[in-house]
Amino acid sequence: MNSLETELQWLPRAPLDYSARLRAVGNLDDQQLGRTLQALAHYALDVNQLTKLAKLCTKARSEGKSFAPLTPFRLAVLSNSTIDLIVPALVASALRHGIDLEVIQPSYDQVAQEALTPDSTVNRARPDGVLFALDYRALPLKLSLGDAEASSATVEGALGYLQALRQGIKNNCNAVCIFQSFVPPVERLFGSLDRALPGTLRNLIDHINSELAGLVLAEGDVLLDVAGIAETVGSATWHDPKLWNMAKFSFSDQLIPLYADHVARTVAAIRGKSRKVLILDLDNTVWGGVIGDDGLEGINIAQGDARGEAHLAVQRLALDLRQRGIVLAVSSKNTDSIAREPFEKHPEMLLKLDHIAVFQANWNDKATNIKAIAEELSLGLDAMVFLDDNPVERGLVRKLLPQVAVPELPEEPAYYARTLAAAGYFEAVAFASEDLKRAGFYQDNAKRANLQKQVGGVDAYLASLDMTITFQPFDATGRARIVQLINKSNQYNLTTHRYTDPEVAAAENDSSVFTLQVRLADMFGDNGMISVVICRPSDPGVWEIDTWLMSCRVLGRKVEHMVLREILEHARAAGVKKLAGTYKPTDRNKLVVDHYAKLGFAKVAEEESGVTHWELLVEGADIESAPMEVVSHGFFEENSIA
Amino acid sequence: MDEAQIYARLSEIFQDVFDEDHIEVTPELSAKDVDGWDSLTHIRLILTIEKAFGVKFSTSEIGKLENVGALVSLIKSRV
Repeated sequence: MNSLETELQWLPRAPLDYSARLRAVGNLDDQQLGRTLQALAHYALDVNQLTKLAKLCTKARSEGKSFAPLTPFRLAVLSNSTIDLIVPALVASALRHGIDLEVIQPSYDQVAQEALTPDSTVNRARPDGVLFALDYRALPLKLSLGDAEASSATVEGALGYLQALRQGIKNNCNAVCIFQSFVPPVERLFGSLDRALPGTLRNLIDHINSELAGLVLAEGDVLLDVAGIAETVGSATWHDPKLWNMAKFSFSDQLIPLYADHVARTVAAIRGKSRKVLILDLDNTVWGGVIGDDGLEGINIAQGDARGEAHLAVQRLALDLRQRGIVLAVSSKNTDSIAREPFEKHPEMLLKLDHIAVFQANWNDKATNIKAIAEELSLGLDAMVFLDDNPVERGLVRKLLPQVAVPELPEEPAYYARTLAAAGYFEAVAFASEDLKRAGFYQDNAKRANLQKQVGGVDAYLASLDMTITFQPFDATGRARIVQLINKSNQYNLTTHRYTDPEVAAAENDSSVFTLQVRLADMFGDNGMISVVICRPSDPGVWEIDTWLMSCRVLGRKVEHMVLREILEHARAAGVKKLAGTYKPTDRNKLVVDHYAKLGFAKVAEEESGVTHWELLVEGADIESAPMEVVSHGFFEENSIA
Repeated sequence: MDEAQIYARLSEIFQDVFDEDHIEVTPELSAKDVDGWDSLTHIRLILTIEKAFGVKFSTSEIGKLENVGALVSLIKSRV
């Protein structure tokens, strides 16, 4: 059995007094509860430990305690198998990923009834997401050996069934649908021929998986690649016929912690809580050896050398992650110039200085450096992953900065890259073309900051950027990125309302709702979509600004002024008299506490919780303009009704 | 492994599975004596025992277990 995956070896082992630590949680107040539960989930836990941790959550929830700052998510699980041992594991594993998960579990094997009946348990609960935890036994699969036509009819039948379930959920509660790929059974009929011959179980399931993946991508649903998990650990490990016969478990109990972690990271990704930055140690992580001692010729990153290739594999993975939008940074205890030398001069280095957004080589402790990196990138510590071969450094960072993810690494460097990948820190449920460029954005920002130092005055600097701002209403093309921004933006976010793909699509199609997607380009390149606004009609003649968020990459460019000018223009055209704005404080959005005040809104109310309410009269509002070209298209004013 | 050692290990397992520190594991103990010992917890208990002792029980053996005494005899015959 592959122990890296089955034992979640990127997580530290649970301490011996784990049960006692769980018992100590009972006395905590609301302030500490969420973070404490999260910390207790940051171990490799077995089913019994996960069950106990989940029990604590259930108890705290029944007492009405707050799990803040964890993000709530309500997940309905529809399954053709027994999931009673899995549900607590899901709740506990979700904590690990910053999610306060509530599971809605209807009666056993009621999949179609629950999806299709409007007032079923699941549909009435109005969950955020529905997980179709189905295995191949849930599908109407009939062998049709060698009969291509009958075989594709069977495949279409199975997909039709899944789509009917999807439609039921979409019509009745419009939750995000999470589908699982199917793990083919181990038992072969012919042998290798099973994969090739139409109508064998293997061949049918291969086709279903491949078509299901295409459908999920096309419909904006989410895929949980259970077949991929089983492939990694081995399908003979996955399927346990004894457990199926005895209790209708669709896979081995040993794999429940791994499966639950995969579900949890998927849910976290839906909520935009995947990590964004990989911080690399250098000596014995990025290369073999110690640059300060061994020198440029002494460090090991040679192709053809077992040790060197292990470290090159780490570099390769880091580069590939960067290509999909993960920001790279360095934290190394070294003299800066010496640490940079391999990046500049070593011919076998794959990583170059250009790839590193923030380079921290000094003699400070690593926690201090990681905090500096987070600040420089304007990202939270919970967006960071720190890779270091040294267990002392790992322990220090875990202790001082518990929000940073720090994978355990095995002795053997050949497994570093695999361990980092197995941990799933960068799980994504969609891919927007902006992702390809994101790692570059952060570096361009560093250049812009340098330019700012040179040109002096802010206005002159802004004018020198040669900016073009583009306004459009929401559309299908932009939706993936809009959903991503809505779920990821924490700092420049007035209300932190999170919306799923279907909810954004609903706003897009509702002509009474005014929506804005905003892009910004400048002399350094295209920043892509950087701001999102949703205004909903409330009282007659009033637009309530439900959502206003902006990427921190474009802070200090007066983008918010230009956005307000655009909103006002459309408000006037739609006969709206007044804009109403709300600031809802979180532990991350202090940045925008004065957002509305700075834009000339008047404060009309302040709640005890810190929520403030603001108003701006459309008539006579005069908002300062900023030096940028404005492009506005795709709006149909006649549809907007105040 | 003698019976005393098996009982000692079983005590730890029962405490872990039932999340209860005060279960006294005796030969006569059975499902009706313990809060929360339902069919699913029974399976979780058996799976935990299989893993802890490195043994596998057959479905018919699991079905026939009437109390802890029977369980201990079964474990003893395997380890």
